[in-house]
Amino acid sequence: MKLTLEVWRQKNSEDKGKFETYTLDNANEHMSFLEMLDVLNEKLTKEGKDPVAFSHDCREGICGSCGCVINGRPHGPDEEVATCQLHMRKFEDGQKITIEPWRAKGFPVLKDLVVDRSAFDRIMHAGGFITVSTGSAVDANLMPIPKAIADEAFSAANCIGCGACVAACKNASAMLFVAAKVSHLALLPQGQAEKTERVKKMVKAMDQEGFGNCTNTGACEAECPKSISIRHIARMNREYLSASIASE
Amino acid sequence: MKLNSNIPEGNLQDKWQNHKFKLKLVNPANKRKLKVIVVGTGLAGASAAASLAELGYQVDAFTFHDSPRRAHSIAAQGGINAAKNYHNDGDSVYRLFYDTIKGGDYRAREANVYRLAEVSVNIIDQAVAQGVPFAREYGGLLDNRSFGGAQVSRTFYAKGQTGQQLLLGAYSALNRQISLGTVTMHNRREMLDVVLIDGHAKGIIVRNMVTGEIERHAAHAVILATGGYGNVYYLSTNAKNSNVTAAWRAHKKGAAFANPCYTQIHPTCIPQSGEYQSKLTLMSESLRNDGRVWVPKSKETAEKVRKGEITALDIPESERDYFLERRYPSFGNLVPRDVASRAAKERCDAGFGIVPTGQGVYLDFADAIKRTSAHLIEEKYGNLFQMYNKIIDEDPYKMPMKIYPAVHYTMGGLWVDYNLMTTIPGLFALGEANFSDHGANRLGASALMQGLADGYFVIPSTISNYLADVEFTKPGTDTAEFDRAAKEVKDNTDDLTSKKGKYTVDELHRQLGKIIWDKVGMGRTAEGLKEAIQQINQIKEDFKKDVHVPGSAAEINEALEKAGRVQDFIELGELMARDALAREESCGGHFREEHQTEEGEALRNDEQFAHVAAWEYNANGDPVRHQEELIFENVKLTQRSYK
Ligand SMILES: Cc1cc2nc3c(=O)[nH]c(=O)nc-3n(C[C@H](O)[C@H](O)[C@H](O)COP(=O)(O)OP(=O)(O)OC[C@H]3O[C@@H](n4cnc5c(N)ncnc54)[C@H](O)[C@@H]3O)c2cc1C
Ligand code: FES
Repeated sequence: MKLTLEVWRQKNSEDKGKFETYTLDNANEHMSFLEMLDVLNEKLTKEGKDPVAFSHDCREGICGSCGCVINGRPHGPDEEVATCQLHMRKFEDGQKITIEPWRAKGFPVLKDLVVDRSAFDRIMHAGGFITVSTGSAVDANLMPIPKAIADEAFSAANCIGCGACVAACKNASAMLFVAAKVSHLALLPQGQAEKTERVKKMVKAMDQEGFGNCTNTGACEAECPKSISIRHIARMNREYLSASIASE
Repeated sequence: MKLNSNIPEGNLQDKWQNHKFKLKLVNPANKRKLKVIVVGTGLAGASAAASLAELGYQVDAFTFHDSPRRAHSIAAQGGINAAKNYHNDGDSVYRLFYDTIKGGDYRAREANVYRLAEVSVNIIDQAVAQGVPFAREYGGLLDNRSFGGAQVSRTFYAKGQTGQQLLLGAYSALNRQISLGTVTMHNRREMLDVVLIDGHAKGIIVRNMVTGEIERHAAHAVILATGGYGNVYYLSTNAKNSNVTAAWRAHKKGAAFANPCYTQIHPTCIPQSGEYQSKLTLMSESLRNDGRVWVPKSKETAEKVRKGEITALDIPESERDYFLERRYPSFGNLVPRDVASRAAKERCDAGFGIVPTGQGVYLDFADAIKRTSAHLIEEKYGNLFQMYNKIIDEDPYKMPMKIYPAVHYTMGGLWVDYNLMTTIPGLFALGEANFSDHGANRLGASALMQGLADGYFVIPSTISNYLADVEFTKPGTDTAEFDRAAKEVKDNTDDLTSKKGKYTVDELHRQLGKIIWDKVGMGRTAEGLKEAIQQINQIKEDFKKDVHVPGSAAEINEALEKAGRVQDFIELGELMARDALAREESCGGHFREEHQTEEGEALRNDEQFAHVAAWEYNANGDPVRHQEELIFENVKLTQRSYK
């Protein structure tokens, strides 16, 4: 495959950044998208140029490290995949591909395609946990949890924290990410004791990080590599409402 | 170098309880004055950091990831073992202990493994209390499945994402401590050296991976939970950034490295497709609960499949060789990994492989789908089937999966005593980074168990025994030892970025990987190992003279990070070959072709090799091999049989 790549290059967070165009003629359709970038980077290195910085680790769609906007879509033109699982067979020979970092106030660009997502961690610090110290747990089967509830909790816990939801949203809202955690823990009996405090603290932290509001466009759900449903946002809104009423 | 395993006296069943009682304690008021560094926040590190902070220690935790949630542990798929016996199928702590010792081909310490089995039950309780959404039955109780090397169902799971859910649990415990201010989290920091003062580990040197700054951090003790070294092979199922650097630099400072040649090749991974391949993807062992492994019975048929003239669906039942079921009727598809991998290699080497490269066999779910339903299979393995489909572009509900063995896990690692302390006082190693519990072969679903056992339940008790004796003075970094270590790190980084030779780091890494895969992989011979040592030395030279590291040290520079890691992989690779050469027997994942039974099974030599090989680094010559004898008081050493 022959490709024209328009890649966002930015030296560091201060730099303004711009697109650079590269051509690649030895890609093939069995490669993953990141392998295609590896090939580009080998080529740039050999030419004495600076390779393109991008985040990645597991390369199987679970660590949430990777992510770029490819031809305008977070994680590119395939459904239910992270960038690392995208394969070149989704592109045409001769195609032009634009590659950009996540763009959101909450995610400053550090270099090229690498962004800083530590805001997500700080939201988790605010309340994304159940208070239980090591050694104090009771036998796991003392607390049966209906399968349907456990499965629903799993469907939220499935979030990989990649940030595609934020990148997809025109308001750069982090609602789906926050809702996934709130919903996961609010569904389970273990999470009940702290559920009121948790939702309030996490929403507050989210607002402080500069993420935008949710206007229910559903773009986040559509681009989520794990298909996390916006019904979790609805659940979080209910939790938040009852928490606010309770504290009045 | 003295190796004292510190295994407690007494009956196997009582050792851990007695030991905990005898360990020195640190009183709660004093804990606040003690600082512990935890490097690595995967399952082992995150659970350790959180648990130590809960006890009152001040913890500084480090990861090269941008968040603890991204550690390689996140990718673990199939499950975690625990001797809960919820299914009344005869499981017990003793049985889990026994299976693990046997699965490890009798090359692990009895006392460690028993403790692991004992605390396994608490891990499940802890995880559930944190909100880990394990799979459940309709009655609401926890579900289990089976894994290789066991005839009971003791594996707890969360679809094919067990590692993710357990890591998010440990991460949440860690977050709670971060919010309380008891853990200070340092993301995007790569540890590049450990600092010794008066022979004790008292700090580390790290590189800030965004600014390039070389930082010093001091503490009263240092814990390494930095994962395994499977990426020495270049292609493995490990996350791309997993590496040996932290452990290796500790080794160069005096920590013994144990059994480096014990590496695990996992039977069910997606075969390599081309030269550009960057990593291999695991298809969880849990799939062998329902999948049947086979190749065509005739070479002609296999040839036709390879050429694409026919597909698996054209091959009638009578023409299929379910070779694991044939060779191992009692364990069938659920034999341990080393056995399954070698059996697949044997068939492929004999010409029965079913992918164009010849290196692939089928893993077929047709019978299971017929027996149950596609829906039930989806429930259990949905994400794995999806992952496969995305990579191979073929629907595994309709067409059998194509799989081949790949490097997956490393049983070897830093030598530790029963307290998880390395040969450097004050330096501890947990999780995959140590060598402790799996002998020469790890059973499936036991790494998550071990990482969490080490972090939640073992280190919080054992570290106090060391810390009870240290002085409370605030650790400082203004010492000659810190100066020297920081300078060495800086010099090395500067040196690497000044190299603008003709090979990229990846090119040299690929070459290294190929040598190690061919010669220190599934089958090893004395001759091959000697060649490997020579060839690795050539790569070492090429690296020194001719590597090309673009960019500078004062920015995000992945090539520089990789260069440092590959530098260490090259040295480790040589030690692996030496270790494999010295071990004149076959055991578990270490298969010396000279030592096999008539049926091609691993042939141990218990008289001479029932020991741990612990290597001491020697800057001026060959490394020194020390031995820790393994004493078996409870199990009888027999030839492993899964027939
Ligand atoms: C694809 C796959 C599937 C698996 N499935 C299973 C399974 O189903 N069941 C099972 O029991 N096991 C499984 N395993 C094995 C298991 O996942 C690992 O052995 C285990 O998770 C290792 O945990 P760890 O905490 O020791 O290390 P890791 O999770 O690898 O964490 C290492 C940590 O150390 C940090 N680190 C490393 N070096 C440095 C440094 N120099 N400076 C700073 N930080 C550093 C990293 O950032 C990371 O935080 C699987 C493995 C793979 C590859
Ligand atoms: S690299 Fe881990 S999700 Fe893509």
